Amino acid sequence: MIVISNLYKSFEGKIILNDLNLTVKKGETTVIIGRSGAGKSVLLKTIVGLIRPDSGSIKINGKEVTDLSEKEYDKVRMEIGMVFQGGALFDSMTVAENVAFVLNEFMDLDSRTVNDKVEDALAMVGLKGIEHLNPSHLSGGMKKRVSLARVLCMEPQIILYDEPTSEVDPITADAINHLIVDLRNKLKVTSIVVTHDMSLAFQVADSIAMFYHGQVIAQGPPREIRTTTHPVVKQFIYGKSQGPITDNENLIFGHVK
Amino acid sequence: MIHVIGYSGSLILKLIQYLGEIGLLFARTIYLALIPPFKVNRLLTQAKRVGPGSFFIAALIAFFVGMIIAVQMAYQMVKLSAEIYIPNVVSVSLTRELAPVLTALIVAGRIGAGITAEIGSMAVTEQVDALKAFAVNPVKFLVVPRFLALVVMLPLLTIFADIIGIVGGYVICVYKLLISPELYFNMVAEALTAKDILTGLFKTIFFGAIIALVGCHQGLNVKGGAEGVGQSTTRSVVISFILIIMTNALFTTLFYFIFRM
Ligand SMILES: Nc1ncnc2c1ncn2[C@@H]1O[C@H](COP(=O)(O)OP(=O)(O)OP(=O)(O)O)[C@@H](O)[C@H]1O
Ligand SMILES: [Mg+2]
Repeated sequence: MIVISNLYKSFEGKIILNDLNLTVKKGETTVIIGRSGAGKSVLLKTIVGLIRPDSGSIKINGKEVTDLSEKEYDKVRMEIGMVFQGGALFDSMTVAENVAFVLNEFMDLDSRTVNDKVEDALAMVGLKGIEHLNPSHLSGGMKKRVSLARVLCMEPQIILYDEPTSEVDPITADAINHLIVDLRNKLKVTSIVVTHDMSLAFQVADSIAMFYHGQVIAQGPPREIRTTTHPVVKQFIYGKSQGPITDNENLIFGHVK
Repeated sequence: MIHVIGYSGSLILKLIQYLGEIGLLFARTIYLALIPPFKVNRLLTQAKRVGPGSFFIAALIAFFVGMIIAVQMAYQMVKLSAEIYIPNVVSVSLTRELAPVLTALIVAGRIGAGITAEIGSMAVTEQVDALKAFAVNPVKFLVVPRFLALVVMLPLLTIFADIIGIVGGYVICVYKLLISPELYFNMVAEALTAKDILTGLFKTIFFGAIIALVGCHQGLNVKGGAEGVGQSTTRSVVISFILIIMTNALFTTLFYFIFRM
């Protein structure tokens, strides 16, 4: 369970998270939607402690993490897997070494077991026979999936996905949707999924949160969000270029600055 | 005038701040190097990167420098009919100053720049973030093996450069100045003391540390994309050069005036 309250973060005077509140229940999948540049990636990085908030509270499984030292935070991070927006694969290592990263780093397993686990994790994301390749030889979507496999290998309780389907074809995207749902159903993984892909959002979400101007302005089950009367959310989920989000564009930019 | 004072003041402040950051990274590196887990493989990988290529270039440069010192000395010594002392000058100036400093500068250009470029591009593609997210300390993972590799490899390279440089002097003395080979090596052996060689090598441990720490620090602190990596790489080499030359001056004066070595 992740409870975020009154979170603030600004970069060089530009406010990105502005009194943000969000609750992600244990074993549920919360999808975060919001415009490009809104600060969704910043939020995920703040949860894993790569970015420290200016103020506010983040409780992970009941434990306040914002004031932890790096070393103490590392214990929390062992339970969280993050799939980075750009994959963030280690390019000095092969695909297999990337996927086995956490195993090699923290566990003393023999190479047979490691190889099996790597193969399983890659199979889960629909890849095989690419263990020996270098990340620079992969396509964008393959990188994303290897990055996901790397997280699956560590068997985390919490997974943060930063746009898991943004670079993959619709068929693979659907497979990833099923994978996210499976992880929740079978392994009781708690997830936050950041996405622009509304079909993904509606398929995997237990709860959808709309991120706007540094806040969560609406949160609810997909049913409720789909039939919302909230004009901002409505404009976003139906992808209209005309509406309250874009009407206020100039005003908002003036305000944020 | 005021401007000049103000400017140099802020420059000195920046230098102090920078040295503070490097000092902090140094302390963290030493601390993390001493606590488990120890990954010997990672150290060997880095040592290999420093290895063969640098040996070749260091040897090539040391060889020519040995020759040049001999030729330059000959120019003066012949007038005094003191060519016989050329081997002394070649061996002492090489082992005490030239081989350590030149080897360090070569390695700063070759390896220091490479370290910054590699770690810098890891930083801009979020790989350093990914390390942290997997609860791996980037200093332990990236800096420690590079630091240890350079601190060990640079003295080794310098020993090698010492020898090759003396061979360079030999070529001039024996083939051009017609000093007999036995005499050349006798003079070298007589002139060189353990302290000449050891003070030279002692300094290179610090040069290695400077190259690794500056290289990693610049890499980890890259701002912006590919352009930032490029700028940091240039800066890494320039700063390493300056710090190596400054440290060398410091050690040379210390050794000479304080310890009378
Ligand atoms: N380290 C940083 N320093 C300064 N500004 C930053 C930093 N990280 C993010 N930002 C700014 O924060 C804002 C939000 O960025 P973020 O990457 O979170 O957007 P996003 O919602 O993930 O967008 P997208 O959907 O395009 O990925 C951007 O304007 C970005 O410039
Ligand atoms: Mg993003």
